[in-house]
Order: sequence, then structure tokens, then C-alpha cells
Amino acid sequence: MTAQKTVKKLKVKMVSIYIMGKEYKVPEGLTIHKAMEYAGYKLVRGVGCRAGFCGACATVYRFKDDYRLYTGLACQTTVKDGMYLVILPFVPAKKPGYDIEKLKADFSSIVKLFPEVTRCVQCNTCTKVCPQEIQVMDAIQMILRGDIKSAAELSFDCIACGICSLRCPAEIIHYNLFQLVRRLNGKYLTPKSQHLVQRLKEIEEGKFDKELEKLVKMGPEKWKELYEQRVIE
Amino acid sequence: MGYPGYPEEFWDSIEKVEATRERRLKEVFKRITPEEKEKLLEKWHPDYRPEGKRALKLGPNKGDYVPNEVADILEAYPLIDPNDIDLEDIDYDVDVLIIGGGGSGAAAALWTNYRGIKAENILIATKLRFGDANTKMAQGGIQAADRPQDSPPIHFIDVIGGGHYANKPELVRILVKEAPLIIKWHEELGVMYDKDEHGNFIEIHGGGTSRKRMHAAKDYTGLEIMRVLMDEVLNREIRVIEFSPAVELIMDTSGQVAGAVLYNLETNQYYVVRAKATVLTTGGFGRLHIQEFPTTNHYGATADGLVMGYRVGTHLRDMDSVQYHPTGAAFPEQIVGQLVTEKVRGLGAQLVNIDGEQFIYPLEPRDVVAAAIIRECYGRNKGIVTVTGQRGLWLDSPMIEIIHGEGTIKRYLAAMYRQFKRFDIDITKEPMLVFPTLHYMNGGIEINEYTQALNADGKPIPGLFAAGEVTGGVHGKNRLMGNSLLDINVFGRRGGINAAKHAKKAKVGKLTLKHVNNWVTKLKEAGIAPKRKAPIILPEYRGKRALSRSINIGF
Ligand SMILES: Cc1cc2nc3c(=O)[nH]c(=O)nc-3n(C[C@H](O)[C@H](O)[C@H](O)COP(=O)(O)OP(=O)(O)OC[C@H]3O[C@@H](n4cnc5c(N)ncnc54)[C@H](O)[C@@H]3O)c2cc1C
Ligand code: FES
Repeated sequence: MTAQKTVKKLKVKMVSIYIMGKEYKVPEGLTIHKAMEYAGYKLVRGVGCRAGFCGACATVYRFKDDYRLYTGLACQTTVKDGMYLVILPFVPAKKPGYDIEKLKADFSSIVKLFPEVTRCVQCNTCTKVCPQEIQVMDAIQMILRGDIKSAAELSFDCIACGICSLRCPAEIIHYNLFQLVRRLNGKYLTPKSQHLVQRLKEIEEGKFDKELEKLVKMGPEKWKELYEQRVIE
Repeated sequence: MGYPGYPEEFWDSIEKVEATRERRLKEVFKRITPEEKEKLLEKWHPDYRPEGKRALKLGPNKGDYVPNEVADILEAYPLIDPNDIDLEDIDYDVDVLIIGGGGSGAAAALWTNYRGIKAENILIATKLRFGDANTKMAQGGIQAADRPQDSPPIHFIDVIGGGHYANKPELVRILVKEAPLIIKWHEELGVMYDKDEHGNFIEIHGGGTSRKRMHAAKDYTGLEIMRVLMDEVLNREIRVIEFSPAVELIMDTSGQVAGAVLYNLETNQYYVVRAKATVLTTGGFGRLHIQEFPTTNHYGATADGLVMGYRVGTHLRDMDSVQYHPTGAAFPEQIVGQLVTEKVRGLGAQLVNIDGEQFIYPLEPRDVVAAAIIRECYGRNKGIVTVTGQRGLWLDSPMIEIIHGEGTIKRYLAAMYRQFKRFDIDITKEPMLVFPTLHYMNGGIEINEYTQALNADGKPIPGLFAAGEVTGGVHGKNRLMGNSLLDINVFGRRGGINAAKHAKKAKVGKLTLKHVNNWVTKLKEAGIAPKRKAPIILPEYRGKRALSRSINIGF
């Protein structure tokens, strides 16, 4: 039992990868992170969740005799033979401060904080490099049209790896810009929950206090009884 | 035809899953009775394997049984020699130090600031980047009883039943009562929760809930909460130092906790932080790989907070129970152990065996479902075995598209869809292979309602607060989905407020690391050889051959 694996003796094929130019032979099928560890690297920068959620592991790579520069997440990309790669330890970016309470959800608030957004030349490089397959350029264009809601929704899956911003000829910091756009949408362009207001009022009035006090004092026997009698919605 | 992402050996079984799907859509598997549940857990849940645990030899929890991997780090020698540290030379002198830049740390920082501690007098010290934490990985959602048919008392019963009645009830009360307030706070900050056109939250069930109260932001709920809190911390110019984990707490001669020693992972130098109040928000222990399970946790989840806290006398509770998430990916190999959110089951996907048959009601509490999967694979031999020997069962995701309409998965489970699509598996059409994975630290440092860390006598350790996954008591012996994102906000907030209150009147005396020396003495007295050091900071995954040839020539 347990996860202790009875690994069958497999013939593992090895591939050559070049970590920052140095060649290492690593088993096929590993992610870039695992391949680097196999080669002897103790990862410190360029690693976080290891599951495609945090954006810490932006990676650029090339293959010999191929002019293209590829991008991906080191935790989600499988190594391939002949890969020349580097995980980016850091992505420098400006992050303007603001007081969300004092902003309006309109284009002028956004452009004041991120004036470079108007420099978009619609080259679509950002969309092409996004490991989350977000329509990045479309989201920028929506912002330029003042359609904050659509831009917020379109950019929602952004994990802020920063690859788009590094490649953008207009030097837009997409992920910080999108963060602002999403907060404006969440705060100002989405109706507030009325149930929640009602519930907070009830809590403030102490509606549940007696019942909760009783529950706290009850003890395991009684809790069990109540738990087993639950009616499931 | 076929299933390009899966090896051909699986295809027969996938066809069976498809063949039974229509019938199963109408089939509701019987819920487990309390007696069956007990039997199932006892025989098949990894927590019930006696060889997986041992009694602690020293410290505030001496004699308590904890997983071997936890005992290994608690019964370990310090990383630093206190004689090397100059405590007179202070690098950061602050009111409130927050150790750990995840969700509970960010919430604590914000509420400390709201309560009048200036941004420049707050310091967040964290191990990786700010926000690279378990919080960002939470997919499914956050609970709060805010619908008319629900209430905090109903939520209370769910929490405490899920926790096997071992929870600390005062903490549960706070959790459920302050939940709506947290959702409101998020709403005001601009968190994009899923809502209908009137602004009502779209709320669904989670494992062990009796009402639909799971609020979500697609399946990036934790990411969305974390990035909004981070944005707010940065807007307020609260100081954050990254790649500088705490390695030891500092005390003063009067016995208060008064800061920490940080270690810069890049330059190898230490920093002395003096603080009037210290909040531990270092999260959980997935990367200890209890019983060799893979984990859903982020790279820095090594329970450092427990180690540092234990040395200043914090009492731990419920450390004997470990949460295995029933559905970790079991295939492909690249993502083994990564989370398949419970929301997949919340939206109607059933768990089925190699023959396409159900064997457990899919939304039983996590420990029950995990045990049932292990039994199905190892007790009844009804699982799929992959080429690496990893076993797994099917989670029939295509059912979701049939029940809720085409496009539901891409809309509400975008992260999941993407995760598998990268490896040629289309979960709108094909089931996913799953097996339990190490997920959550149910227990941890014992706290009171004010988030003060408690010692073995139940007395607060002055100056030390703790919140989030590093603490125990809120969830008893088993946490329900959606209650941890809630926990880190509710108690992170309280941690911030109480740390601020404390910092306003506290006076810090002469700094000392004597407790570290004392710990070493106690380890020696207990006959523990100086082999292991902790906190471990980052897990060791380097290749065997590379490690065996690693030498330190100290240039
Ligand atoms: C994949 C996944 C999915 C989840 N899904 C859900 C869900 O749907 N709903 C739910 O409610 N819960 C969920 N959880 C649980 C929940 O996300 C976590 O329990 C919670 O976010 C923990 O928050 P935290 O702030 O306590 O810890 P974390 O968010 O882990 O933050 C701890 C931080 O402290 C840092 N740190 C660690 N050691 C040190 C040190 N020595 N010095 C300085 N810093 C340090 C870490 O690097 C990290 O940044 C999920 C967890 C995972 C892993
Ligand atoms: S490590 Fe988090 S996205 Fe790769």
C-alpha cells in the first residue's frame, strides 16, 4: 500500500539538454524543473508552486539551428532533445501604486497609471508567447476601447509569469495592468451581493450568537447527533 | 480514434467508463453509514498505519504521536550556531514582523496596517517570491454561509463533523461567524468571485457541506484572492523581503518572542529582525512527503513554522492526522500528485473503477473518499496501473458537460482543462486518472481566539501570533474544502489586528537566542544524534548521482 511505487525496471531514454549552455543528459519525459534537479541543480529562483499556478518559472529556450525563441513554464514543460534553456530568475516590472477606493472604473484612470498601454502596436507577440494561451493582445485592445469588463474576464487566467511583458515592443506591463483592470471590474462593474448585506446585518444584530454559544458548549456527543441528522440541500 | 493522451492499455477501461456513463448519470451512490466509515478509515486511511508515526521524545508535545517525517524535523538540530549571530546589530527594527508571504501573511499585514501600524513598521519576510504559496494554488473555493437557506450555525456543524469533533469549538465559531465579513472585504477589494447577473454569488457544494456555500473565482480562487491581497500590500507600500526565510525566532530576556533571524538564500548572509510582535504564517508541510506520498503543495511547504515555534515552546495539536486529497493526478507522470480540484466532483463527476462502476459517493469528506480510493486500488484491485506502477481510478469529468451543458469545464475548470490539455488529454471528453495525494496539514500550532500561540499549559507565548495552515484546532482532524482559504483570511485578519494591538504597548528587552542553545542541550539529553538539521527550507530533489558527487570546496 501507500504511494511507494513498485517501479518496473524501465529502459529510460536519455536526452541532451543545455542548461544555460552546459550539456546534461537527462531522462526523457521530465519537466524542465525535474530535469534540472536530476542534473544536480538545487532550485531557488524560478520555482514556486510547481503546478502551473504561480508564474515563478518563466522559461525561454531554443533548439540548435532553429531561429525561433520558445517560451514556457518550467514546471509544465517537458524537456526535449537539444533544448537550450534558461529559467528567468526575475522579471523586472513597474507596479504603480493606487488607492482602489479613489479610482473610477474607466479608461482615464487606467491610462494615468499605465500610459504605455496606448503604445500597443498590435503585433500579437504577447498572445503568441502566453503559456496560459490568453488572448493578451485582445485584452489590451479591449482596454483601449474602454471595455474593462471584457478585458478583466479575458485576462482572468493570467498567472503573471511576465513573458509577455518581456517581449512586448511597446513595453507594456500586461500583468500589472490586468491586475488593476480586474480589481476595477470586481469592485465597480459587478453588482454587489444583497444576500451578503442581509447576512452581515443579521450577524451584527447578534442573530446567531445564542445558537453558536450553545454549539460551542455542546461537546462531541451532541455535535455528532446534529451532524448525523443533517439535511443536505 | 482512441485517446491520444493515454496509453493503449487504458483504452478498454475508458470505453467501459463511457458505456456506463448514461446509466450512472441517474445513479446516486449510497452514502456511507457511520459504522462503515469507521471501518473503512481504520483499514485504509494512511493515518491509521501505526508504523507511519512515532512519539516525540522532547518538547511541548513530548509523548505525542506524529508522522515520522514531522518527528524528524522537530527532533532536529538548528541550522545556525547562535554564537555566529550578532544580535546587537539589528538589520530591521519593526513593530510587526510577518513570517510567510502567503494568504494569511498578506491578510495579517493588511489588517495590521488598517489598525494603525505604519507600512514602514511592518515587514513581511518570505522564502520564495511574495505570494508563491499554497494560497495561490487553491482552486475550488472558499466557504461562507451567506445565503438565506444557510447560516453560521449550520456551517459550524459541517466544520466540526468534518473535523471528527476534534476541533477547538471557539475557533470554529469565529471561522463561521466572520466568514461573511471576509467575503465582503474581498468584494470591496475587487476580488472577482463568480456571480450571477444580480450580483448573487454562484455557490455550490463541496465535500462534507450540507448547504451550497462554496464561493469561487473559476478554478483559480486562491490565485485571485492572493493576487488581490498582494496588490493591496504593494499599494500600501508594506515592506516585503523575498528569498529570505526565517530560520529561528528571536526572544528577549523576559521570555517574549521579539523577531527572527532571516537567511538570505542568495548571499548566504543572515539578518536580525527585531519586532514587537511576530506573526507566523508559514503554511503547511506537503513537501515533507509524509509516507512518501506525492503532494499538491508548493515548493516551500516544509513546515518551518512548526520547527521554529516548537523551539520557543509552542504546543502543537492534531498533528497525528494528515490530509490526503482524494484526487491528485495519477497520470501523466509529469503532473503526478498535482491537485484535481474537488470542484470536479462538486459539479457532478463521479469516481469510477476500472470497470466503470462507482464505489463511493463522490462528496463524502476527504479522508473517506481517499480511503475508499486506496481500498479500491489495493484492497479490491480495481484500479488502473500505470507504467511507473502508480495506481489510479477514473474521475469521470465528461459527466459535467452532460449535466451542466457544453462549455462548463472550460468556463469553470479552466485550470484543470489546461493542465491536462498540455499532455493531450481532453477532460471534456475523457476521464482523468486520480489517486490520493498529500494535501493539507490539519494540525499545527495551537492558538486561542486572539491568534496568540499557546504553550503546553495553554498560556500565550508573549509576542508570538500564528495564523493559517501552520496552526491547528480550526479544522480538527480533517479540513473541508473551502474552509482553509476562509481560515487564512479570518485568522490572518485576527493575527494582524492582535499583533497591532500588542505592538502598540509592547516593550522589547535584550535579544537572545538562548532558547536555541537550550534546545540543543535538550536534544543531547534525549540522546538524539546531531544528524538532522531543521528547518529544512527547501526539499532535496537533486539526482542521486549528482548529489553523490557534490563536494564543498568552499571557494
Ligand atoms: C493545490 C491546493 C489546492 C487547494 N485548494 C483549496 C481550496 O479550494 N479551498 C481552500 O479553502 N483551501 C484550499 N487549499 C488549502 C489552502 O490553499 C491553504 O491551506 C492556504 O492557502 C494556506 O495559506 P497560508 O497563508 O497559511 O500558507 P501559504 O499560502 O502556503 O503561505 C505560506 C508562505 O510562507 C512561506 N514560508 C514558509 N516557510 C517560511 C520561512 N521559514 N520563512 C519565511 N517564509 C516562509 C512560504 O514560502 C509561503 O509563501 C489548497 C491547497 C493546495 C496546495
Ligand atoms: S512553478 Fe508556479 S507556475 Fe511554474
